[in-house]
Amino acid sequence: MIQRRTLLGGAMAATLTALAPPALGRSAPTDKRLVFIMLRGAVDGLSILAPIGDPAFASQRGELGEDYGSAPRAGHDFAFHPELKNLAALYAKGDCLAHHAIASNYRERSHFDAQNVLESGGTRPYELRSGWLNRALAVDDQAPPTAMALATSIPLALRGPTPVSSYAPSHVPEASEDLMRRVSMLYAGDEQLHGLWESALETRELTGDDATKDLRNAEKSGQLAASLMRGDAGARVLMIEINGWDSHSRQVGQLNRMLRSYDALIGALQTGLGSDWANTLIISATEFGRTVKPNPSRGTDHGTAGAALLMGGSVNGGQVLGDWPGLADSQLYEGRDLKPTASLESLFAGAVADQFAMVPSKAAQRMFPGQAVTPMQDLLKG
Amino acid sequence: MNGIEIAHHRFGYGPRANAPLGGDPRQLLRAQLDNFDPMPTPLKSFSSSARAVEEYFEHRRKLGQLRGMQDAEEKTRLARRARGDVRAQQVAARAEVAARSDTPFAERLVHFWTNHFAVSAANNKVRDLTASHEFERIRPRIMGSFADLLESAALTPAMLVYLDQFNAFGPASVAMQRRVARGRAKGGSQVNENLAREILELHTLGVNGGYDQADIIELAKALTGWSIKTNSNPRGAQLFGDGSAFFAVRHEPGARQVMGRRYSADGADQARRILRDLATHPATAKHIATKLARHFTADMPAPSLIAILEQAFLTSGGDLPTVYQALIGARESWVSRPRKFRTPWEWLIAIHRGTGATIPARRQFTNLLRDFGQPAWEPPSPAGFDDIASAWAGPDALMRRVNAANAYSNRAGNMDARALAQQWFPHSLSNATSTAIARAESPQQGIALLLVSPEMMRR
Repeated sequence: MIQRRTLLGGAMAATLTALAPPALGRSAPTDKRLVFIMLRGAVDGLSILAPIGDPAFASQRGELGEDYGSAPRAGHDFAFHPELKNLAALYAKGDCLAHHAIASNYRERSHFDAQNVLESGGTRPYELRSGWLNRALAVDDQAPPTAMALATSIPLALRGPTPVSSYAPSHVPEASEDLMRRVSMLYAGDEQLHGLWESALETRELTGDDATKDLRNAEKSGQLAASLMRGDAGARVLMIEINGWDSHSRQVGQLNRMLRSYDALIGALQTGLGSDWANTLIISATEFGRTVKPNPSRGTDHGTAGAALLMGGSVNGGQVLGDWPGLADSQLYEGRDLKPTASLESLFAGAVADQFAMVPSKAAQRMFPGQAVTPMQDLLKG
Repeated sequence: MNGIEIAHHRFGYGPRANAPLGGDPRQLLRAQLDNFDPMPTPLKSFSSSARAVEEYFEHRRKLGQLRGMQDAEEKTRLARRARGDVRAQQVAARAEVAARSDTPFAERLVHFWTNHFAVSAANNKVRDLTASHEFERIRPRIMGSFADLLESAALTPAMLVYLDQFNAFGPASVAMQRRVARGRAKGGSQVNENLAREILELHTLGVNGGYDQADIIELAKALTGWSIKTNSNPRGAQLFGDGSAFFAVRHEPGARQVMGRRYSADGADQARRILRDLATHPATAKHIATKLARHFTADMPAPSLIAILEQAFLTSGGDLPTVYQALIGARESWVSRPRKFRTPWEWLIAIHRGTGATIPARRQFTNLLRDFGQPAWEPPSPAGFDDIASAWAGPDALMRRVNAANAYSNRAGNMDARALAQQWFPHSLSNATSTAIARAESPQQGIALLLVSPEMMRR
């Protein structure tokens, strides 16, 4: 299901620029490339990068921590999710950096509001109407790098004064597995709709829609993203959205599938970028983390801190950053979540400023006005 | 639903974006009957009915020349026209008018009547005539008498072509005699019954309306001569403003007897006079009352509501606003529980109206309607699209709606589904829906769930 919604959902997109290949007249002033991947729905950071060295890990995580015995390691204390094979290889090569126990300044647990804060760069939901990624590019006296959203409409993080285009193939769109699950719940109490819907799902089952399709879609998305950034006319800043991370029940299966697709997308992106990979920075983040302990439905609920990833040839990789807060009950935020000890805003500001050789303090002011954000240092190579 | 929700959802196309619901529900609907605009600006740019008929013949002539054609540009233009781009624009304009209208109840009535006087663009000859059939011949007549509407809508170029009336000859007509004498026709007593049958069965009396085969044949004979303006019209042709025509030489001579009444021979007016009498017949009153009640309230409407509308129709001599007023006034119209499944068209227009999203003047929109099984102006038969949900609200259609809602939600930008849900359904929003929306993993997903919610599916 990865990407299907945002990348392949184009049938209704007739009024958008999305149906025509985007116009990219302006020549790019830089070879540097920035990809921001927004993982919507709150990814469980403790599954992406499991703190296997924490003494409380096994007891707190239960079933969710069982698959990490032979998973690829990231340093002594952490292990990548077993499906993240490409990421683990990038880490080993020094092209992937992880930051754990990190969160935006938002401390409630609403997806909408959290995504709004994460994308707008404001101090509270709906305070700002533009996004930090767009504002970051608006440097005085400089032509901004060409920016594009791989979506049918431009996501908030990329909206603002800098001109941005969007692109999505106009395939017949299919709703995500996650949306379909939620529709099932929505119709549960409605006799007519419930009957029709169950019958529709059965038919769909028969016609076949399996994980291979998700994977193929993910690889295609990665290839497409790379092709949009190729050459002088290609985009230098690209935003990708991936939905379907809200794992309230049966998390293990859902994340296996989602992360396999995510890993395939990163792999396809790396392959597709070729020699440009050396100049590429990928930032991957989500609106918040999830509860440390599984719930009775074998999933997790909305939490606070999670993990963010930086990938690409630009990245000073091979390290897991963060001030580890611990998983014991007494160490949890509000007794349930991984405690945030670092700021996503600082990570974004430091990484973006260095990638485009901006003055970090000024970039931070543009990106996060009204906040005292200290840009992180040394996230990128040399 | 409470009264104001019913006024918007059951009788209109849902609330407009950022327009909180308020006011007296019945007054709201009554005002719309007075304020209806028969020719809003977006519809003005298309060819008139008469022009569409001319274009039809020009197009056919050009298509005939297309094979040996050198002018690539002209060829492309003609080919595009053949692909139906013009019609996609017409459908988009129709949808745009409905989605932005101040009088959505009246727009619903327009679309109801177009479906009643159904013609199908799936028929190549009719394709370019469907828009003016509705815009020019139906829209201006829906606030008058049913008799005027019937004469206007049953004798349009589109209908005359669709039901093969345009090339019908009276067996004893001058033109037919001449054709037989020249060996170009066999002669005999056969007459094309198509339009006559549908007028009796579908447009007026209804299937058990008390007519028999003799009535059909008599009406069919009275209708002979009604045709469309061509490049070479026979001598004595009467040409009407909408591109229809009456060719007296094709008309069956003599008086006619329909439903027990005698109609003397007076050319084009013979059929018109029969239609006027059919329009006020008690069987017609019952037929129209039943269809209106079914369309607005329930697949199986309350007999008491049908009776009220029937009575209003009869006592007013088929004055349509009187019937609409009766519909607004009837207690049965305001049953709180929604009982109608929104048609694909109603659902899509409600989405555009409620979100403010513009309607693409391209084939994506018409193709979407096609996917849902109700392509605009292409009903499967002269009976129009079925107005009973089981005919089209199947599992696959529901899956398609979920997929479409998903695609729409990706374009919804920064809209907050929680606020929209409150605005659209201030009194009837269910816990199940508001919970599903609140728990959505993204604003977009919240919108998608709202668009497929039970509240949005029914009215």
